[in-house]
Amino acid sequence: MLAWTVYISFLGVLALMLLPAGNARAARGVALVTALLGFLIGLVSAFGFAPERGIQTITRTAWIPGLGIDYYLAADGISVTLVLLTGLAAVAGILFSWNIEHRAKEFFVFYLALIAGVYGVFLSFDLFLLFVFYELAIIPKYFLIAIWGSTNREYGAMKLALYSFIGSAMVLVGLVAAYVTAGSKTMDLLVLAQYPFPPALQNWAFPVVFIGFAILAGLWPFHTWAPTGHVAAPTAASMLLAGVVMKLGAYGALRVAMTLFPLGLATWRNEIALLAVIGIVYGALVALVQKDFKFVIGYSSVSHMGFVILGLVTLNTIGMTGAVLQMFSHGVIAGLLFGVVGRMVYDRTHTRDLPELEAMRLNKALPFAAGTFAVAAFASMGLPGFSGFAAELQVLIGAWSAFPTYTVLAGVGIVVGVAYTLRVLQMAFFGEAPEPVPEAAHPLPPITLPERLGAVLLIATTVLIGLCPRLLLSLIGPSFQSPLFEHVLKGGNL
Amino acid sequence: MITFSYSQLLGLVAPETILVLTALVVLAVDLLVMRESSLRDRFLVSGLFATVGLIIAGAWLLAINVPAPGAHEVVVGLPMLTGMYVDSALGRLVKVAVLVLTLCTIVMSLAATFTKHVGEYLALILLATVGMLFLISAEDVLMIFIALELTSLSLYILTAFNKRSLRSAEAALKYFLFGGMSAAFMLFGLSYLYGLSGSTGLHEIAARLGGPILDPLVAAAIVMVAIGFGFKIAVAPFHLWAPDTYQGAPTPSAAFIASGSKVASFFVLAKVMTLGLAHSGGSAGWGGYAPGWLPVLAVLVVLSTFLGNLAAIAQTNVKRLLAYSAIAHAGYALLGILANSPAGLTALVFYVITYGLTVLGAFAIVGLVEEATGEARLVDFAGLGRREPMLAFCMLIFLLSLAGIPPLAGFFGKFYLFAAVAAGGANLSLLWLVVFAIAMSAVSLYYYLQVLKQIYVAPSPAEPIALRVPAATRVLLALITLVILVLGCAPNLLLGYLLAAQ
Repeated sequence: MLAWTVYISFLGVLALMLLPAGNARAARGVALVTALLGFLIGLVSAFGFAPERGIQTITRTAWIPGLGIDYYLAADGISVTLVLLTGLAAVAGILFSWNIEHRAKEFFVFYLALIAGVYGVFLSFDLFLLFVFYELAIIPKYFLIAIWGSTNREYGAMKLALYSFIGSAMVLVGLVAAYVTAGSKTMDLLVLAQYPFPPALQNWAFPVVFIGFAILAGLWPFHTWAPTGHVAAPTAASMLLAGVVMKLGAYGALRVAMTLFPLGLATWRNEIALLAVIGIVYGALVALVQKDFKFVIGYSSVSHMGFVILGLVTLNTIGMTGAVLQMFSHGVIAGLLFGVVGRMVYDRTHTRDLPELEAMRLNKALPFAAGTFAVAAFASMGLPGFSGFAAELQVLIGAWSAFPTYTVLAGVGIVVGVAYTLRVLQMAFFGEAPEPVPEAAHPLPPITLPERLGAVLLIATTVLIGLCPRLLLSLIGPSFQSPLFEHVLKGGNL
Repeated sequence: MITFSYSQLLGLVAPETILVLTALVVLAVDLLVMRESSLRDRFLVSGLFATVGLIIAGAWLLAINVPAPGAHEVVVGLPMLTGMYVDSALGRLVKVAVLVLTLCTIVMSLAATFTKHVGEYLALILLATVGMLFLISAEDVLMIFIALELTSLSLYILTAFNKRSLRSAEAALKYFLFGGMSAAFMLFGLSYLYGLSGSTGLHEIAARLGGPILDPLVAAAIVMVAIGFGFKIAVAPFHLWAPDTYQGAPTPSAAFIASGSKVASFFVLAKVMTLGLAHSGGSAGWGGYAPGWLPVLAVLVVLSTFLGNLAAIAQTNVKRLLAYSAIAHAGYALLGILANSPAGLTALVFYVITYGLTVLGAFAIVGLVEEATGEARLVDFAGLGRREPMLAFCMLIFLLSLAGIPPLAGFFGKFYLFAAVAAGGANLSLLWLVVFAIAMSAVSLYYYLQVLKQIYVAPSPAEPIALRVPAATRVLLALITLVILVLGCAPNLLLGYLLAAQ
């Protein structure tokens, strides 16, 4: 049934294409129904999912028999978790873009195409298929930003598209090398992951594929697309970018790079952990000095994704489980933050300049936005009771046994994270400007129902997972017991 | 003197014969019967005859006396013709592809206004096609040369067909001069091969040249032949004619040069190298260089993909942009020959067929814009997505397929080429070429997105000029788009046949 998340999204694209161009209401409706169906399918499947049974085939047929390529969809707990996240982010993103009137139909066509590609990546266990879905996501991202974006949109869109394409080019090199070395017979991830690739190959192919994917996860120093891309993107697109697209990168790094080349992973894990920690601290420090509201959130994403990468290369179950949980948690929280910044604040005030916002005293004008952002900020800081706490704590525990020094540095990153989050919360919403702007001059439109729904949905999720992380941990944890991760967890040795 | 029956010969080359007859019929009908009719009717009637001829030839190729897979049907009882005309299952598929591309070109021309010589124009297209069919069947250097010249001479004239345009004349002259020179190079190289081996058949040449130690004269012949073919397929550094010719030629002619003639030329180039110089390949592996034609082609690949992609970035005219991208794509296609394996040949054929279709569609759209605005500058595409959503969508698919974005045919073509060439060298020694080609194809996304940005992002000009889109072209574009989408999602529909024919 999980496969229908992909199909339903493509059907949504088709249905939207058949709609008449001017009807924004209908376009929104179709998009929302499609996204909701996808989310519900994910939810129902997650309840019925038995993660201890490992990787469960959904569908498998020969696709290009001459080359040994199959149409092979399957899922384990990690896939299910991320499918859930995708559905959630998709629904919330549509709720937060309810005000799109300009070329609404095309907007949702690209939006759903992107979602379809993302679902596909999380469910593919044939590397060719995975790559197809992975690249499918590039072009919609470009148009979403270039047409509906704001500041520097064409630059940001092109930068993101080229970064993604260069990343996937690196991945393709590694995939071709692996496919050919294993005899050009199969692209099945499970088979290739068991193939003993020679150490020399692994030592160059691992960093190439890992970094190829990690570009999209915002790994320092390849993160520079992220702030510009997030800032340029329309609200829903930045929610998706931070919410799920960055997770595509991290997922690919985990699912493909690490499992195919475990020896290479063992060789390079220290360097990668170092990059991740630099990303955590650097992203947080840069966020501390930004004047643009959205740049703060953009850099905070770089910082939080650093935890994901750090967790992945701990190579122990606690750290890696934490990393996947952090993917989910950051997807929800970042979506919420971008929703507040882009939709609730920017669309009303038409500024993201923090000093200007400070003068507006938004906590009076937009109390709901202020409340939402405060909750999101606490979640983002990693306060207990929110999902971020459970995730980052797990990552740090896992990292402690592997890289004690880096763990301390990452702890510093958390402290700086508290600082920039409080700073931006204070400046944007609880400003104490000497002469407040007269309110009657620019009455801000009130927060609409779709926005409230979207915010409540995301807040509820992060609180639910924060209070009861077992819900997801019981899905993610057993997945690492499957044979796919056997070599990874043993540091490349068997 | 050996006697043989001409009827047997004509039966063997039936598809080619049918096309020659069709060309004559088209000429006769247009000149004798349709003289007084309107241009539109003349194109319709002549086009109809040409279409019928193409369909009959295609049906013959698919249905009558198809050789068994892998078997190379050699003419029985005609010893002096051995290798001059070889009928193979794979060759037949390639021929059908060429016929399809020709048919598309003819449909594209139906509403043309650049010429009044309808009969001559269509007949020349058909004659060029005859040359291409012979080229695909030829395994004999003499025959290859004659077929190549038949194709080329027809194409030179087709380029010059817009007599009212100086650019068209200039394009044709450039194409002709470069083409003539390349023919000289090729003939020179082929004469060495003949001199060294005493034979014109590719198999005999390979057997008598032996190897793998390379005779300096063979090396000279390889370089000359590579230069000769390099001009024909427009790879760097022999590409200088291509941008001007593509820009100046009437759009259907340019599309035909870029599609049909490429398919045939690449197929025959693959045969000359892998059959005729089977033991003189050398090695282009990283750190394992050995002289031969492999390193020569590797140099061409590197130069073409590099120069084509970088030069395309700087273009402001979309036709020139497509020309430079064609140079880059010729570079990718050469990878299939470099793989030097059956998989490589299949990958090459898949790639050039899908590329031919894609580029034909792209040219058709660029031609429509050019016709309306006088030029096909990037800015002339501004806002096309709003004015002509269907054309814009087709262009989106074509350009993304050229860039190699899944799930379009261009992506699978590239992937298969890369996989084949990586498997071609022992121990991944050819992977450096794959890395280079993939890096360059990442560059290419930039300029394709520049065009798409104009179409979808840029606002329409204040007073846009309406495009005149003939219904036939619309149907053609929709069909090509569909094929590219379907072949991208289910490459096996074509690949299955190609693999079965090997």
